Amino acid sequence: MSSKQEDSRFRENKIKYIYGIADNSLILGQRLGELTGHGPTLETDIALTNISLDLFGQVRSYFQYAAQVSEAEVTEDDLAFLRTEREYLNVLLVEQPNTDFAYSIGRQFLFDHFHFLLMTEMQNSKDETFVAIAKKCIKEVSYHKRFSSDWVKRLGDGTAESKEKMQTAIDDLWRFTDELFQTTEADEAMIEAGVGVDVKALKESYYKKVTAILEEATLEVPELKYFQKGGKKGIHTEHMGFILSEMQYMQRTYPGMKW
Amino acid sequence: MAQEKVHIEKELEPILREIPDPEIPVLSILDLGVVREASLDGKKASVKITPTYSGCPAMDVIGDDIVTALTQAGYEAQVDLILAPAWSTDWITPVGRKALEDYGIAPPMDASADKRALLGEEKLVKCPQCGSTNTHLVSQFGSTACKALFKCDDCQEPFDYFKCLI
Ligand SMILES: [Zn+2]
Repeated sequence: MSSKQEDSRFRENKIKYIYGIADNSLILGQRLGELTGHGPTLETDIALTNISLDLFGQVRSYFQYAAQVSEAEVTEDDLAFLRTEREYLNVLLVEQPNTDFAYSIGRQFLFDHFHFLLMTEMQNSKDETFVAIAKKCIKEVSYHKRFSSDWVKRLGDGTAESKEKMQTAIDDLWRFTDELFQTTEADEAMIEAGVGVDVKALKESYYKKVTAILEEATLEVPELKYFQKGGKKGIHTEHMGFILSEMQYMQRTYPGMKW
Repeated sequence: MAQEKVHIEKELEPILREIPDPEIPVLSILDLGVVREASLDGKKASVKITPTYSGCPAMDVIGDDIVTALTQAGYEAQVDLILAPAWSTDWITPVGRKALEDYGIAPPMDASADKRALLGEEKLVKCPQCGSTNTHLVSQFGSTACKALFKCDDCQEPFDYFKCLI
């Protein structure tokens, strides 16, 4: 390949790599946003929407960067709102619905611990922008992680009913955790370049940490051999279409509208 | 922690000092520590600001306010948002901390005290109404992402605590 082709291939991989990270925050932020005004109490409602806002803020930094890397004329809004389902590269975990409060907390908990490890490692990237974003994010994610972990413990070690609900949510969501540690071709290219984080290496500390908290919450740690994956390659669960139709509605109805 | 060296052009300082944080209007954006540079080249003013939290909706407003204030003062203004180094509550000036407290928001404590207080291990956050430290955490997230909600067990008033972010 000529160096121009190589350069263009590198950009393409980098953009995909950014989607792989940013789309998690975007879709989870959207899911949390659905709870605005519906949180079980005022405080949790505000907390979840604050977390949502943090995530959207992070998304903006990522998409502004992706727009900058891209050779095409695109804006952060185009990237957030005008891609098709197959072009979103978030993990399946974050698109799972707010079945009940335990599900929202379980999803958050399982994601936050991964997010924290990812942002910790990303501070060592050779890419300055990634380092800057990670240094900013890690401060916010620390609060998210503390919030969701506290609630897992509170519900798990709470009443018989809260325990059962928390257990059900963890049992159900556990099958989406393995995907967090899978890599795509774009990921591998970025890892090789010293730009991306090798998520495979985060797996052990993730399960160790998550297991310790579940045990503290007096919950059973699911034993599972079969895991579900696909989101990172753009193959989503049936929930994704509904999320996008709601999320993209304004932009598709009123093209060019701004955040 | 040492205060980062920030260059604010003398001529621009009084103008920037007049711009309040949109969410906490008693606090100047300079005392909040979000202005990381303000330089001047003839009549061209360039200001760099950094967000407190990634999703802080106040940042766009702050950017617009700076442009408006500088334009009115006869400058050609350019505002850029920078991410690094990431904002820290250590950058809130002593004047800013005092303003927060007078306004009814408990200013951030140092990182280790903050952690103990937010984990509910120790009663450390001082009620801005009555000064008692007999307070407890109601929610880690308050009216905005940067604050936690506390309640005073002496005067019974709820209040916001500006969380430590370093
Ligand atoms: Zn009091």
